[in-house]
Amino acid sequence: MGEYFKIKDLRVGFKTFEGHKNVLDIDTMVLNKGETFGIVGESGAGKTVLALTILRLLSSPPAVIESGSILFNGEDLLQKPESEMRKIRGRHISMIFQDPMSTLNPVFTVGEQIIRVFRNNKRISRKEAEKEALGMIEMVKLPDAKNIMGKYPHELSGGQRQRIVIAIALSCGAEFLIADEPTRNLDVTIQAGILKLIAELQRELGVTVLFIANNLGLVSAICKRVAILNAGRIVETGSVREVLKDPRHPYTLTLLNAIPRNKGERVNRVNTTIKEERDRDLRGCRYYSRCVEKREVCRDSEPVPGLILGTHWVACHRAFEGGEPGGGQHTEG
Amino acid sequence: MADSILKVKDLKKYFPVRGGFFSKPVAWVKAVDGVTFEMEQGEVLGLVGESGCGKTTLVNVLLNLEEPTSGEVYFDGLDLFDMDKKSLRKIRKNLQIVFQDPFWSLNPRLLVRDIVGEPIKVHANCSREQLVKKVGDLLEMVGLPRSGVFKYPHEFSGGERQRIAIARALALSPKLVVLDEPTSSIDVLSQAQILELLKNLKQSLGLTYILISHDLSVVNYMADRIAVMYLGKMVEYGPADDVFDRTAHPYTKALFAAIPTLDTEGIDSIATIEGSVPSAINPPSGCRFHTRCPMAKEICRQREPVMVDLGGGHRAACHFIGKDAKGAC
Repeated sequence: MGEYFKIKDLRVGFKTFEGHKNVLDIDTMVLNKGETFGIVGESGAGKTVLALTILRLLSSPPAVIESGSILFNGEDLLQKPESEMRKIRGRHISMIFQDPMSTLNPVFTVGEQIIRVFRNNKRISRKEAEKEALGMIEMVKLPDAKNIMGKYPHELSGGQRQRIVIAIALSCGAEFLIADEPTRNLDVTIQAGILKLIAELQRELGVTVLFIANNLGLVSAICKRVAILNAGRIVETGSVREVLKDPRHPYTLTLLNAIPRNKGERVNRVNTTIKEERDRDLRGCRYYSRCVEKREVCRDSEPVPGLILGTHWVACHRAFEGGEPGGGQHTEG
Repeated sequence: MADSILKVKDLKKYFPVRGGFFSKPVAWVKAVDGVTFEMEQGEVLGLVGESGCGKTTLVNVLLNLEEPTSGEVYFDGLDLFDMDKKSLRKIRKNLQIVFQDPFWSLNPRLLVRDIVGEPIKVHANCSREQLVKKVGDLLEMVGLPRSGVFKYPHEFSGGERQRIAIARALALSPKLVVLDEPTSSIDVLSQAQILELLKNLKQSLGLTYILISHDLSVVNYMADRIAVMYLGKMVEYGPADDVFDRTAHPYTKALFAAIPTLDTEGIDSIATIEGSVPSAINPPSGCRFHTRCPMAKEICRQREPVMVDLGGGHRAACHFIGKDAKGAC
């Protein structure tokens, strides 16, 4: 029904010496054109693997895409030959990586790096490319663009570098942007600036943003819809309001409680034991060993996503204990 | 105060910028420019500010890793910069630090036994077996299994590595531990665990912390007192609850507004302050924050504000404290 971006039954695994490990197991994930969709999970949940799978940048081996499809504008990205993927990357789908220091090449000026993107992707003269690059730097709201063009990455601050990375990502008119923790390691004030920039660009250019974060606070500021990822599976999804105001999955609750609150409440109820061995290969719920409210049923059968209300889906046995999925009463924990 | 453990008086640290024919100093970076505060035993001081405001330099001077340009630091009543090497070495036992990035601060070629055991070897005589036992005890204290003693850092996750770094800092049972953004490079779940661990350790061992962070929510969770720094100066200082509930300085207010919280929705709920920290070589005249301050007036460009006492140990340096911004000029 005119779905812009859709992931279906995606399974990605890694072949290691210890055997095959499943890292991503997503049944469905749909993004509408022009929205900002958040993905939240702790490190190791599979967020970055998801981003790299979409761009087909996972090195294989060790990674194996076992099954599934990623439909983008009606075409399956996983079936494309490499030559066509090269055309899609940058022009249609683009990515902002975590660390702006290692994304930029330290031996070229940032201006040169943007110009090269233009020269590689469009048939334009160097002069024109320079003009375009200048425009891009202005677009990401860096003052004194001419001066910035001639600087090397180490001469810029972290926030400025990240703006340059955003400029490069958008320079070929990408309509789908993957932002992989773009504000990690940045100051709060700089972080606020980068978030605002992404939101503004999204509004102006109408790009669709897949925003990856490990902090629910960021997501509530910038996204409309969110999916919580645990051990490669989406455990809860819905609009930001639905998920954050009425979290149903114990993992979501843990993530919420992990944020030190600004005022008032000074305690957080986090399970302080170190993560146990991942239960990826378990038959049941993958959150089983860490869950504070596990039941017998959780170990043996995998919870299926059930509808709570509106667009709010949860994959947890506990959430539906009161009744059938769809009409379940929330049991207080 | 009888039991003040750390006393800092008008501390300054300038770095020369060299240039010209004889590499003479042509300018000075005023990284720390007149900081005064006092800490009591068992207290947590949260040191807040953007990158480049001098937090790390201040700490380096406090730990006697750098000589100050002027000013005094008293630790346990002793002047840190007026003692011979031997007594300084003894005092260093009591001053430890946990660095920001556990991926860089642990030597990848050493076993955890050697990483955590090194300070013990330097400061105390003990046999191999005793050392292994001691390191095991320390690991257990920070919530790691004893079997970690004979592992390498790469076998641990980010949060676990930070625990190793904490174990190393605690190896000599110090009195004061500096935490330099201990959670900025690990994810929220590990962050919550580390913060809780630090809190428990503080209670059981009677530690005093200086917690550096740019994340005010982390500071609020831990700190008893908060010091906000901007361009080498302290702009606000006081008990945590006072600073949070009766925020006085516009810079502190701006820092608060920049944190996205769960209670607010939409991008307009977070505010930013324009621009970045000006260069410390040529700090702005008058109030250093006036270039970015939303309520800056003429007076801010000309005169530097002094610390105003707001009662209860809460101090802030702004011309408009207690006055309406409009009526001040």
